[in-house]
Amino acid sequence: MAAISREEVAHLARLSRLAVTEQELDQFAGQLDVILQSVARIGDVAADDIPPTSHSVPLTNIYRDDVVTPCLTQEEALSGAPDSAEGRFRVPRILDEED
Amino acid sequence: MTDVTRMTAAQVAGLISSGDASAVEVATAHLDRIAAVDERVHAFLHVDRDGALAAARAVDEKRAQGEELGPLAGVPVAVKDVIATRGIPTTAASKILEGWKPPYDATVVERLRAAGTVMLGKTNMDEFAMGSSTEYSAYGPTNNPWDLGRIPGGSGGGSAASLAAYEAPLAIGTDTGGSIRQPGAVTGTVGAKPTYGGTSRYGLIAFSSSLDTPGPCARNVEDAALLHSVIAGHDVRDSTSIPQPVPDVVAAARLGATGDLTGVKLGLVKEFAGEGAEPGVLAAFRESVEALVKLGAEVVEVSCPHFEYALPAYYLIAPSEASSNLARFDGVRYGLRVGDDGNRSLEEVMSLTRDAGFGPEVKRRIILGTYALSSGYYDAYYGQAQKVRTLITRDFTTAFESVDVLISPTTPFVAFPFGSRTSDPYQMYLADLYTIPTNLYGGPAISVPCGLSEGLPVGFQVMAPTMADDRMYRVAAALESAVGTLTPPTLEA
Repeated sequence: MAAISREEVAHLARLSRLAVTEQELDQFAGQLDVILQSVARIGDVAADDIPPTSHSVPLTNIYRDDVVTPCLTQEEALSGAPDSAEGRFRVPRILDEED
Repeated sequence: MTDVTRMTAAQVAGLISSGDASAVEVATAHLDRIAAVDERVHAFLHVDRDGALAAARAVDEKRAQGEELGPLAGVPVAVKDVIATRGIPTTAASKILEGWKPPYDATVVERLRAAGTVMLGKTNMDEFAMGSSTEYSAYGPTNNPWDLGRIPGGSGGGSAASLAAYEAPLAIGTDTGGSIRQPGAVTGTVGAKPTYGGTSRYGLIAFSSSLDTPGPCARNVEDAALLHSVIAGHDVRDSTSIPQPVPDVVAAARLGATGDLTGVKLGLVKEFAGEGAEPGVLAAFRESVEALVKLGAEVVEVSCPHFEYALPAYYLIAPSEASSNLARFDGVRYGLRVGDDGNRSLEEVMSLTRDAGFGPEVKRRIILGTYALSSGYYDAYYGQAQKVRTLITRDFTTAFESVDVLISPTTPFVAFPFGSRTSDPYQMYLADLYTIPTNLYGGPAISVPCGLSEGLPVGFQVMAPTMADDRMYRVAAALESAVGTLTPPTLEA
């Protein structure tokens, strides 16, 4: 049985904000299924009582002095933006017109 | 004068500090070499001729004024294109960042500049460092100088190939699952992954934040150690940077080069010395183990029972972190924007931008990571992978109670022909089988050339405990003293 369906891949792509083509969906569904079947054996490891590791070198409470240091100028921060206006990032509309 | 492009970084630095060569002459020789061979190798995505010559002139002026020069002043270095360089294009080999010029330098770049090294340009890689062959670069692959029809490893294939092609004596890479070490292995060069947190991630375009580690690439162990000592050390701008002194890796490399390993205990990882690797790789590895025994090392077999689950754990953890990290490419603050015709919504523009800007492997991993993190699958996949990460770490700490370092081949196979592993992504993932456990644990590891199989380089991996980077340099330098460095084909037309 497939670990992941074409419909699931389409849903995940939408969640990931990837406007994938039908052709990509066909390709990815099969490939992701192979990958998932290969990694699924991680479930074979008995690890119920094992704490998770999110970071290899645990560091806590790293403090620094609260000193003002130079940062990017507005011009520098906007220098790579595909579109800007009045010193701000310009974005396509967020709300529908009827909203 | 002998060709400076064939020299070690230490020799080049010596020539410059003694005045026998100027930094400008050295930079020019390397830039000329790039101009002569990079059309065939394609190690570079961007060559910064003017910037390199200006940096070299600054070193020559400092010397003329009698100022003291650092140990690598005037030495050219190539930098992987995933690392931000102020005013110099930085793409991570992705179309989504085509033409982006960062307004700031990464910490490692800042340190390279402060040390007086001369940055030649930016090197090719798999897009966002996801891959083992550079075949996923949006700008075309890098060709392995040993055989131009074969992969140079990945993701940092450009950095490794630039060394093997004598275009640069030093290069910077990043290692998330083996992206420094596996390219080092298949190009016959040295690649070291420092302890996670030992080198700063500030200015490194994030792939998997709990694993990404910048590190040195060179043609010999001492040069790698010299570069390591320039870029390593605590950085307040990286919250996971370790606030401890850097071990003296240069002294360790020089000690190792004396060829004496008396009293050093090596743990041969049983799980990585049998099936799964090509016979020629195993043969070169075993001969190297014998060479180390002759130098006085004691070798014992060590079992690390959870290492076999490292690959699945990695391919759940790294894509999960990537799916989150790559959300920043939204067509708003930098890079590509597609479909903004005044009618489409932000969400539509974002989705079109990301589909047009990301290549197939990046999309696969974003979708895989989104899956592993989604409710209903989180516990079985991401959560379980994090628990297995704990067990892999325990395998390492248990092993290091009885041995000084662990050893294995770096990668199961020599450089493979282009196209042979792209149709089934999991076949590509297997290239990182032996390098990934270290990333999950966080300790340092190095790949050093140990011989040839079918005329192609084989890498030997030394893994050390966290913050004991000096140990791996000592063992690697000792092996190098026994088997020598490899000399790649010259690529003369």
